[in-house]
Order: sequence, then structure tokens, then C-alpha cells
Amino acid sequence: MDNLLVATNVSKSFGEFRALNDVSISVPRGSVFGLLGPNGAGKTTFIRIINQITMPDTGTVFLDGEALKPDDIRHIGYLPEERGLYKSMKVGEQALYLSQLKGLSKQEAKKRLKYWFDRLEIGDWWNKKIQELSKGMAQKIQFVVTVLHEPKLLIFDEPFSGFDPINANLIKDEILRLRDNGATVIFSTHRMESVEEMCDHIALIHESNKILDGKLLDIKRAYRSNTYEVGLIAEDHTAVENSLKEHFKLLPSDFKTINDEFQRNIRIPESASANDLVNFLTQKGQLTHFVEVVPSANDIFIQTVQNN
Amino acid sequence: MNHLQLIIKREYLNKVKNRAFIIMTFLSPLIMVGIFTLVAYLSQLNNDKVRTISVLDESGMFSDEFESDENLIYKMIVGTQLEEAKKSVEASGDYGLLYIPKMESLDDLAENITFYSEDSPSLIVLDDIEDAIADKANSLKLVDAGLDPAQIDQLRIRVDTKLETFGGEKTSKLSTGLKLGFGGLAGYLLFMFIIIYGNMIMRSVIEEKTSRIIEVIISSVKPIKLLLGKIIGTSLAGVTQFLAWVILIGIFSFVIAAIFGIDPGAMQQQEALEQAQALSGKGDMVQEFMTEFFKLPLLNLVIMFILFFVGGYLMYASMYAAIGAAVDSETDTQQFMLPILMPLILAVYVGFFTVIDNPHGTVSQVFSFIPLTSPVVMLMRIPFGVPLWQQILSVVILFATFIGTVWFAAKIYRVGILMYGKKASYKELIKWLKY
Repeated sequence: MDNLLVATNVSKSFGEFRALNDVSISVPRGSVFGLLGPNGAGKTTFIRIINQITMPDTGTVFLDGEALKPDDIRHIGYLPEERGLYKSMKVGEQALYLSQLKGLSKQEAKKRLKYWFDRLEIGDWWNKKIQELSKGMAQKIQFVVTVLHEPKLLIFDEPFSGFDPINANLIKDEILRLRDNGATVIFSTHRMESVEEMCDHIALIHESNKILDGKLLDIKRAYRSNTYEVGLIAEDHTAVENSLKEHFKLLPSDFKTINDEFQRNIRIPESASANDLVNFLTQKGQLTHFVEVVPSANDIFIQTVQNN
Repeated sequence: MNHLQLIIKREYLNKVKNRAFIIMTFLSPLIMVGIFTLVAYLSQLNNDKVRTISVLDESGMFSDEFESDENLIYKMIVGTQLEEAKKSVEASGDYGLLYIPKMESLDDLAENITFYSEDSPSLIVLDDIEDAIADKANSLKLVDAGLDPAQIDQLRIRVDTKLETFGGEKTSKLSTGLKLGFGGLAGYLLFMFIIIYGNMIMRSVIEEKTSRIIEVIISSVKPIKLLLGKIIGTSLAGVTQFLAWVILIGIFSFVIAAIFGIDPGAMQQQEALEQAQALSGKGDMVQEFMTEFFKLPLLNLVIMFILFFVGGYLMYASMYAAIGAAVDSETDTQQFMLPILMPLILAVYVGFFTVIDNPHGTVSQVFSFIPLTSPVVMLMRIPFGVPLWQQILSVVILFATFIGTVWFAAKIYRVGILMYGKKASYKELIKWLKY
């Protein structure tokens, strides 16, 4: 597979504290890659190493097949979790300054800024000072500055914090659009619903170690438990339950329904198939609900972290 | 444009365009000139009042001794009793009444002179009166002893030491004063510059931390570049402000002098002139001043001033930046400020007390090599002639230390700017050096 970013055996310690322990991660080109983990797991350290803010003690990071070098900052756009802007500087001046630091010429930066400001409908903020703007407004500018130099790798650390749902959606669509245009996105967050929505690949870091990574779909398959949500209209719920118990493992279930029915999560043993369960159920009553329980990113996150 | 230039430009423009900075640039010289003008005006106002002192001289010996001038008029009272004179002087509203009784001996007389007045009299006026009486009484005593006061005066010898170095260079007390002035000015200027603009750098580092922009910036530039750009940009803004102050003070003084006819500089000049006169005793002041000025090692002074100023300032500035990076808010800076301020203040004290006393004494010499104090102390010593090897050694030590502090500051800075909400202790800082 074609990977844009490859980190091999990266370790980093701060004094006695080991922030990253032999972490290897590959980020496929053109994907949205979710970097997940509890607070203090080492995500930010890893992101800072990619941005060359911190140097790894051991291990190497490759961008486009070559070891990271100082000049690579122009190919990376980074929106840190702790972010802000110079409060007393004007929006336009500030955006120009930050884009020039990323290697754009002044003319080019101006042209692109105009495009983005028009696109996000913030054109009339150019001469305002940051301190006159709301937090959400400042975040929009920050987003523009992050993507302005059209980097091939975009790194967003909790990009939606501080945005209202409307703007969060706007930014989400912009990120996906950038990916469609060829950018690769690393996306670090605690918000599992946005991981479900956006990520193709994920890696889970826990206590400085990578404990899980791969395609989100593959991981979900690996975490499937052959469990199905079942709704059945039957006369005698107890009788159904007792006969099911002989063949399957029953778990409580709480899906929403309009029928007054028998509800259970049913796990099928390895030897059986979903068809066996359906056949069994149709003999007992009228089947109204049959859905495979797919593990959510949230479930996988909690389960994996707890198991470690 | 490369990163460093961009950062310097931003830091410079950001400082220079700042409203508080602009206001201070114009207000400070205005306030300074204003205060001097006010003081000059007030002292003039004070002197304008004419005082009249009545003198009742029963002894009859001092009638010629009191000379009136424009501010002080002596009025001789003759043929009145003391009580009567007191009443009439009090009624007239005059400044006071000087009563000299008739006594057998001059010694008794000296003990019994009385000055009557409404309030406590001015000490300066009293001094004048006492001097006049003492002069006369002294010469009267000399006459009593059978000596001629004029002859005694002729016989008195005035000592005026000529100063010359072993190298044969003639100096004078005036030049000593001039050297002190130069050295003191240079040292003090550096001291002020470090404190004002060092703080400015520190605040600007803290601002980047509290506004959380720092991580965005250092994902584009190396922290050391940001640190250097910040120091250089702020220093250039400082130089701009200093120059503006010098020019504005000149303009304001000129304008005020033209409008009010008061010269705010006159007072200091007069004082300086008087001091210089007291030191040298005689001679054409301006000419002597100029010759002494050109006798100073001017080239040496200018070169060393620049070297020590730049080295000393940058060394301290990088320490200020490191402090800014180590804390979260300005209120937390106190514990780290002490180690910066202590050597600075020590340097100024050593400079003003020890160097003036003995520019080449052991204490002065030692402190002019310690890098934390050398910029101030050495700048004060140089006008007195410091061997070149000492100057060079001191500069080398200073710049070596400067490189050391920048390295140290960069380490602290690199780690500190990304530490939020952590109150750094000295122990913590030492740990950061190992990251």
C-alpha cells in the first residue's frame, strides 16, 4: 500500500517518563487517519515529532519515503489542540505572516487568503483584530491558515473543539473535501462519533504504546462477536427464552421499537451461522427485527484500553 | 524573506505600532522636560521674592559688612531700642530683625547675636549673615592681636594640585569629573535599557504562551530562530524609542525655551558648571571642557560601549526570554527575576561607589570581569584608562557567557513554551535542560 507517512520504532522519553514506546505507524496516502487514545497517551508527543517540534530519541519518521527534514514543514499543515492567534494583530496581517512562515510568497498568500475568506464568508474580517472576534471566528481563521499552503499532510488535533455544530459540520466537510483533492489527514480526537464519520484508518495509542491499528472496517470485523439484535412477536416470552438458551448465548437488549415484543441480543456460537438463528426464530414467532451488532469505535476504544 | 527576517519584522512592527508604546515614546520626554521646566520655573518664582532684613547693630562694628542684593535687602536701624525695633519690624512685615548687642569682648558678642523673625528663617540667609559677621570679627581680632588682615590674606597659600600621569599626560580634576560622567552615563544607560526592554521581551514570550499561538509558530520555525528574532526585533524597537526620546527631549526643550523663556537645561548646566568650577578652580571652562573631552579615549570608548552594550544586553535579554518561557503569567515571574536583578543592581552600586573611589582597585577589577556585572562596571572604568588586554579579556568572557546563556535559554525556551499550566521550579528547569 502507498503510505504518505511512515513512523518506525519511534520512542521518546522526558526524563524518567517514557512518552512513546517503540511506536510504528503507517498512514496511507489519501486517507483520513484517526489517531486515538486516552488523555496523556502520547498522541500529542507523536504529532509534535511529525512536526519536528520534538525530536524522537530513537526511530525515524518518513514522509513520502524520505526521512523528515526541516524543509518538510512546508508540506505539513498542523492545527494543534492548544491553539490561538496574536490577540492584538489584525486578521489579515496575521494570516499573511503565518503563511509566509510556511514558505508562501506574500502575493500568493494574499490570493489564496482571499479565496478562502470568500469561501468561508469571512472576507470582511480582514482588518479586525483577533480580540474583537469570537472564539469560533478565530478558529475559522486558524483553520484557513493551517490549510492555506496546500500541504500534502494535514494534522488536526481536536479540530472541532470550540466550534458550534454548524461550523463543526462546515469544517468537517472542508476536511473531507481536502482529502478528496489529494491531501492525507491525520486526525486526533476523543470524539468517537467523528471518528466513525470520517476515519478510514485508525491507530490507538495507550500508555505510550500503540495497541491497535488498521483499517477501521477491518478492525470492526475483528471485533465482531457474532451477536445479533433480535425482536420477535411471540405468545410466551419465557418459553422462547428457555428454548433459545439451549443453543445460543442471550444478552439483554434495549433497541427502540413500536412493538411489544421479545427483545434480546443473541450471540451465535462459531459452529452456527446467522441463517440457523433466523430459521430457529421464525419457528417460534414473527421476526420483526434482526440486525448484526457492529462494534462502534467507542466500544472498540473502551474495550481495548480496558484490556490493556 | 527568510524566517528570521519575518520574525524580526513582525516583532519590531508589533512593538512600534503598539498604542502604549507610541504614547510612552511621546509622553516620557514630555513629562521629563515638563518636570525640569516646572522645577526651573518654581525655583525662579521662589527667588523672585525680595526679603528685607533690618539690622540693629548696637556694637557699631558691622554696619558696612552687609551688602544688599536684588533678593535680599539689609536695612540699618539706628538709635532705637531693641523692643521698639522688634515691634516696628514685625508691623512692617519685613523678613526679620538681626540684633547685634554691644559687648566687651568679641567672643561674648559672637555668642549673643539674635535673629528675630515671624517663622524659622532660611538656613542659606542665616549662613550668609553668620559668614559676614565671622569675617569681620576675625579681622577685628587680628587687629587686636596687632596683625594686619590684608597682610595675612596675602600670606595665605592656595593649593592647586596639578595632575599628571607617569606617561606625562596632564589631567585635571575636571577630566576626572568628565570621565565619571561618561562612565556613569554609559553604565546607567545599559542598566535602564536591559530592564525596560528585557521585560518587554519577557512579556512578549508570555503573550505567545497565553494566546496559545506558540505551537502554531514553532511548527513552522525553529524555536531558536523565534527566540533570536524576538530579541533582535524588540531591541531594534528599543533603540528606536531611545533615539526618539533623545530627539524629542531636544525638540521639547527648544520649544519650551522659546515659548516660556525658561531653559530647562540651564539649571543642570549651571550646577555642572559650578561643580566643575569647584573642581578646577579657575580657567576658561568651555575651552578646558573641550580639550579634556578630546583627551578621553573616544574611539576606545565608542567601540567598547557598543561591544559591552550589545553583549550585556543580549545576555540579559536571553535570560528574560527564558523566564518568560518558564512561566504561565507575569505574576509568576517574581521568583526568577531576583537572580537577574541582583547582579544588575550590584553592578550599578559597585560602579557608582567603588569605581568612583578607585577605578583600578581590586573590587572594581574583579567585577569588571564577571560577565553579569562587567558590562556596567567595565563601561564605567574604561574612561579612566583600562589596559587593552583587560578590556579584550572581559569582552571575550562576556561573549562566551552570552553564547552560554543563549544555549541555556534556548533549551528552557524550547521545552517551556509547550508547557502549560505547570508552575516551573528551579529543579524543573534543570530537568528541562536534559530533555
